[in-house]
Amino acid sequence: MATSALSRHLSESGALVERHWQELNARRRLYTSLGLALLVLTVFASLWFANDSNAGKFFDRLPHFFDFVGDLMPRDAMEIIRAMFDLPSPYDDGSFKYNYPDGRLYLTENLYIPEYFHKMLETLNIAIFSTVIGVFFGFVLSFLAARNLMPNPWVRGVVRRLMEILRAFPEVVIAGFFLAILSLGPIPAIAAVSIHTIGALGKLFFEVVENSDMKPEEGLRAVGGNWIERVWFGIVPQVLPNFTSYFLLRLEINVRASTIIGAVGGGGIGELLRLAIGQGHEAKTLAIVILLFTTIFAVDQFSAWLRRRLVGDQAFQLAQ
Amino acid sequence: MIASTKPSAPEMEAIAARHPHLLQSSSNKRLKAALIGASLVSYMVFSWWFFSVGHVLANANWGIAGTYLADWISYEIRPDIEIAPDGTMVVSYQRNSPLGANPNPDWVVLEKETVTRTVETPAAAVQAPKPKASSSFSFMAPNAALGGNQGAGRQNAAQTRTEEVVTRALVTYDGSTNIEVAERLVKATHAGETFTMAVDGADTVTPQGPLPRWATQKRPGEKITLSFGLTGWAEVEGDEVSIRNRFFGWANFLFDTNSPFFGKSYGEVASLILSGDRIDPARSNLALAWNNILYNAEWQHLDVWTKLLQTVVMAFVGTLFASLIAFPLCFLAARNITPNLFANQLFKRFFDFLRSVDMFIWALFFTRAFGPGPLAGMSAIFFTDTGTLGKLYSEALENIDDKQREGVKSVGATPLAVQRFGVLPQVLPVFASQALYFWESNTRSATIIGAVGAGGIGLKLWEAMRTNSDWENVAYMVLLILMVVFVFDSISNVCRSRLMGRSAH
Repeated sequence: MATSALSRHLSESGALVERHWQELNARRRLYTSLGLALLVLTVFASLWFANDSNAGKFFDRLPHFFDFVGDLMPRDAMEIIRAMFDLPSPYDDGSFKYNYPDGRLYLTENLYIPEYFHKMLETLNIAIFSTVIGVFFGFVLSFLAARNLMPNPWVRGVVRRLMEILRAFPEVVIAGFFLAILSLGPIPAIAAVSIHTIGALGKLFFEVVENSDMKPEEGLRAVGGNWIERVWFGIVPQVLPNFTSYFLLRLEINVRASTIIGAVGGGGIGELLRLAIGQGHEAKTLAIVILLFTTIFAVDQFSAWLRRRLVGDQAFQLAQ
Repeated sequence: MIASTKPSAPEMEAIAARHPHLLQSSSNKRLKAALIGASLVSYMVFSWWFFSVGHVLANANWGIAGTYLADWISYEIRPDIEIAPDGTMVVSYQRNSPLGANPNPDWVVLEKETVTRTVETPAAAVQAPKPKASSSFSFMAPNAALGGNQGAGRQNAAQTRTEEVVTRALVTYDGSTNIEVAERLVKATHAGETFTMAVDGADTVTPQGPLPRWATQKRPGEKITLSFGLTGWAEVEGDEVSIRNRFFGWANFLFDTNSPFFGKSYGEVASLILSGDRIDPARSNLALAWNNILYNAEWQHLDVWTKLLQTVVMAFVGTLFASLIAFPLCFLAARNITPNLFANQLFKRFFDFLRSVDMFIWALFFTRAFGPGPLAGMSAIFFTDTGTLGKLYSEALENIDDKQREGVKSVGATPLAVQRFGVLPQVLPVFASQALYFWESNTRSATIIGAVGAGGIGLKLWEAMRTNSDWENVAYMVLLILMVVFVFDSISNVCRSRLMGRSAH
């Protein structure tokens, strides 16, 4: 080894240092390779387990991978447009599959909103409404959870734990519980999404509050402002841009979330998508997917643009 | 201590008079605030109407909500006391009672009497055999020819027999609440009040005296509902008293009613396992007990744990593969590393596509491709997260410090070595931290895609909720999920702190 040849020219203490370094290096290599081996082992065990408990096996199903894409191809490209805008189809044989005009929402005698656009609007509205509710409660709770504004550790702890529970509680369960009480419709989705939003936004909000400059608050304290006045005039103006940024970020996430919740019975376009896929209605499925894709993309771009305008490039990380 | 620095009221007024512009925000700003406030309020009103929130809330069954919530942490025992017209009673329990096949709880005290009475038994033996309706064609109306004959056969035979009957039943909910049924009278005691109802053994209930606060009767003669708060409730009808006694906790959590260990105390079970004779000669008592716990019919421990493990595995493998694929791609997407605009845009749009199709749609797609199960969920997480992580990674790359790269370049390193020694050390902690964060967050969100068949505990949760009676199972699964999420949260926090230093997150 080159290094051992080198160490012959070193002094005694130099050789000691050299040897020590070699030992450390060897140990680090050992740990790294052990860790990697463990990781590879875990991955293979996981893959085997997942494949074993799956209904179809990976390699058996692999040749059929694109079957679904093939199934999705409609008779002609115009079918997608007809499905999306609820135009009558030339293939209409009275079955549900080609009965596109069925779900039209008539505003007047002749003017209608196509079904999927109507449902997409409903989903968007679910997202906005529940985000607004979530922001309102998250806003109030965040000041109670911030260390610099709430000196009482008990209140702080209780509020933080509450937000943690709201955040970690599976949305399906909240939706399912409200579905059992309220029956089908958008309200269970609103409840589920907004409860999750309170927890998620509350955390981001109180971190912003804790990082805010306390000098305005001190000034207000000096002239005898009470707690609400201090928060409202001293802290809120500072944190508002950041709050707005997080609000928009959350809105993006909630548009997706309300689609998902719709599919497990919460109304909106998610339900229709699940039905369309389940019943093998290819043109309808593609129409909904395209609509969803466009909407989500548009919402993302719009909110990103608005955030850049409001707060600049900061605070762009994703948060769940 | 400094005395209050607060200016007196006249002083403040004087200051305000001298500097009026400081205390007045510009009209433009005020208008803007008012506009935002007004549009927010009108949006809320619109949504209230759009979703008909008021109507839905008014039609909601909030009483059921309370029962469902109570079901999360408690269970009911439901003895039904049927009252015959002569005042005798028969007590029966729900099918699959948590108390086992032969429940005789000590809070139900029955007084029995041996009486000799005349019972009418239907004379089944004399009944004429039914004519075969379809075998031959007949002009006559069904049963016409046999009508008289059958009527004679149907005559009931009066029998006199001696039997033991229940004449008095006392059900004790707790110290202050009990219900006593005797001599066609139902006496309920709750919160220091005693309320008596007369039942006729057929269909009428008559309250004796005014109804107390905890009793409701919608129409005279109809059933009376008694609610005792958290301990339970009861329904009194003319011929039946339905008792719903609620107990705190999860019944039969370890052993179901079919298990030989059912109903034994912990000590008894322990001694059976340690030193008892073999219940099942084929295996030891410990193996039998463990098997009984795993295959508990009500709680399905093994199934729940397997499904939970599926969720964890889905999140783990999905995120790991996503970060492995996103790692090389993000170098191509970062404009400072790869100065080719076309390649940058191509990969960035590819990431956007993966991300914005949404995990849920990928999940539906993959359940069709692979069949329902964790492979589908894993692939869905993999696809979505490749998009998300790719985007985040390439943004992290675009934010790096260029000096280190220049330094490595200046000593004549190959392009690969520039990335290895100039770039990687800066971004690797960020990459790992993001991957850990998404691993933990996917464990949480994988429950939802499970509900549409993509494997994991989601479907199990969804099924338990759809039946509306297994809320304690829902609570159990939620608790397990929360525990797993908490553990992963802590693990990934520790890893991140070690990678990035304490202050970085």
